[in-house]
Amino acid sequence: MNHKRLTLFAGHYGSGKTNIAVNYALLLASEGKRVCIADLDIVNPYFRTKDSEGELVAAGVHLVSPAYANSNVDLPALPAESYRLIQDRSTYGIMDIGGDDRGAYALGRYAEAIREENNYRMAFVLNCYRPLTATVEDAIGIMREIEAAAGLKFTCIVNNSNLGPETTPETLLATQDFASRLSRETGLEIWLYTAEERVAEEISGLPVLPLRLQSKFFDLPSSGLHGLNGGS
Amino acid sequence: MAERILMKGNEAIAEAAIRAGCRHYFGYPITPQTEIAAYMAKKMPKIGGVFLQAESEIASINMVYGAAAAGFRVMTSSSSPGISLKAEGLSYIAGSDVPALVVNVQRGGPGLGGIQPSQSDYFQATKGGGHGDYRMIVLAPASVQEMASLTIKGFDLADKYRMTSMILADGTIGQMMEPITFEDTEITTYDKPWALTGTECRRPHNVVNSLYLKPEELERKNFERYEKYAEIEKNEAMWEDYMMDDAEIVVVAFGIASRVAKNAVATARKEGIKAGLIRPITLWPFPNAAFEAAVSARAFISVELSMGQMIEDVRLATKCDKPVTLCNRAGGMIPSPDEVLTAIRTAWKGEAK
Repeated sequence: MNHKRLTLFAGHYGSGKTNIAVNYALLLASEGKRVCIADLDIVNPYFRTKDSEGELVAAGVHLVSPAYANSNVDLPALPAESYRLIQDRSTYGIMDIGGDDRGAYALGRYAEAIREENNYRMAFVLNCYRPLTATVEDAIGIMREIEAAAGLKFTCIVNNSNLGPETTPETLLATQDFASRLSRETGLEIWLYTAEERVAEEISGLPVLPLRLQSKFFDLPSSGLHGLNGGS
Repeated sequence: MAERILMKGNEAIAEAAIRAGCRHYFGYPITPQTEIAAYMAKKMPKIGGVFLQAESEIASINMVYGAAAAGFRVMTSSSSPGISLKAEGLSYIAGSDVPALVVNVQRGGPGLGGIQPSQSDYFQATKGGGHGDYRMIVLAPASVQEMASLTIKGFDLADKYRMTSMILADGTIGQMMEPITFEDTEITTYDKPWALTGTECRRPHNVVNSLYLKPEELERKNFERYEKYAEIEKNEAMWEDYMMDDAEIVVVAFGIASRVAKNAVATARKEGIKAGLIRPITLWPFPNAAFEAAVSARAFISVELSMGQMIEDVRLATKCDKPVTLCNRAGGMIPSPDEVLTAIRTAWKGEAK
């Protein structure tokens, strides 16, 4: 897999951006790269990058998140350290952007510097089982709103279509037509497919990034739920 | 089979409300329920409905009051501090006998509290909140699927009994994502001859009001309302039993706490402990019949995300003749399955007081 120096994950809220950003950061770290991940989600204070802090730090990934993330004074303010990602060109930077256009406004702050360096990939994370991106037209609509808010254009698509704990290989494979149409109509390549690691194992012939998800203790044993693919 | 989609709890409420025929949403944003408003803002304009972000919670509940009086299926949603602001309107709606759906995706309190999940508005929802003698039907979903199905049920019950149904959820169920299905929903429609729809000079005008200056008349209204409440207590209680057939240690939990408790009960059973779970789905009316049926029980454990509120209803339902203990976290914390399991083991050894 080839990597750009900066990788930005944006998309509809609940499409899986945070899980993908965290797993991609761990992948880069496992290849021996210096990695810094920034949580730019100013929209949703539940289920965020900081939830995976232990794992990221253990892998040597540097985490930049809002000063009071995961506390009761979670403010929609971004730390100055976010610029480290942009300016320190010896580090691979990953940005986890908040959901929809509202979340993407935060990215606008950095758009000029990102365009100037011009070594970035901005991925549209797609889950076509989400009701507000269930048609190609709706997905394009949200894509354009995010681009307008961020001041940056998407460069590729990540197909993360899933049904949470009920996901099977067929769940993802059945969305290939949808993703191809989205790719054709926007001119963007499908960079990656993503799936929870046990599902990913069973898929061959596609570039699938296996995702390790956080498990929550309110998951029910009867449903075999072992992780929530949650949150923006 | 209908199509599976992946939704957040909050979105499921909004979509279910639309499918139940709700075309009027009035609200004011607050974490952790804002996705309800966001979903309504996106969808309502496309289907000829009204999404209105009011200037405050107080304004929004009074808009609900007005639209309900006009006979529409109408809703608002908020989280704990916002529900306190709506309390006056809830009392007026009760005093005027109009139907409405109100959603409370609870967060920690009191005061501004926090933004993490909580169940500490149990008293407020089931015992009052606003002033005067009144009740609300209180529904407690434990999954994203139930966020949808109980929203539809809530609208039905509200129309049937001309009163408020409250969905009492918490921040975790509001925010978590699960695959769900919307079955083709049978929508029951109710005649509303009392609604303010315009007389067209063909009938006497209707009045929706909660003011009764003659005490005899106000007393009669209260008596009538309580006859209706007694009917609801008799007919509408809902709960889930889990491993209750021979259960000696009975865990009682609703909403997100019931999912943790279910894990703990399943583990306890593997250890040979005869544990079971009663999950109230209606918090008012409280499912007293579930406790009458629990004949093998020798101790109860109330698992709550509060300082112990439902536990009072558990004691009443069991007439205080068995020990009832509390296993709880507060302030936005969730008890772990291990904490619940420890409480079950303690009760099993007969150490419960």
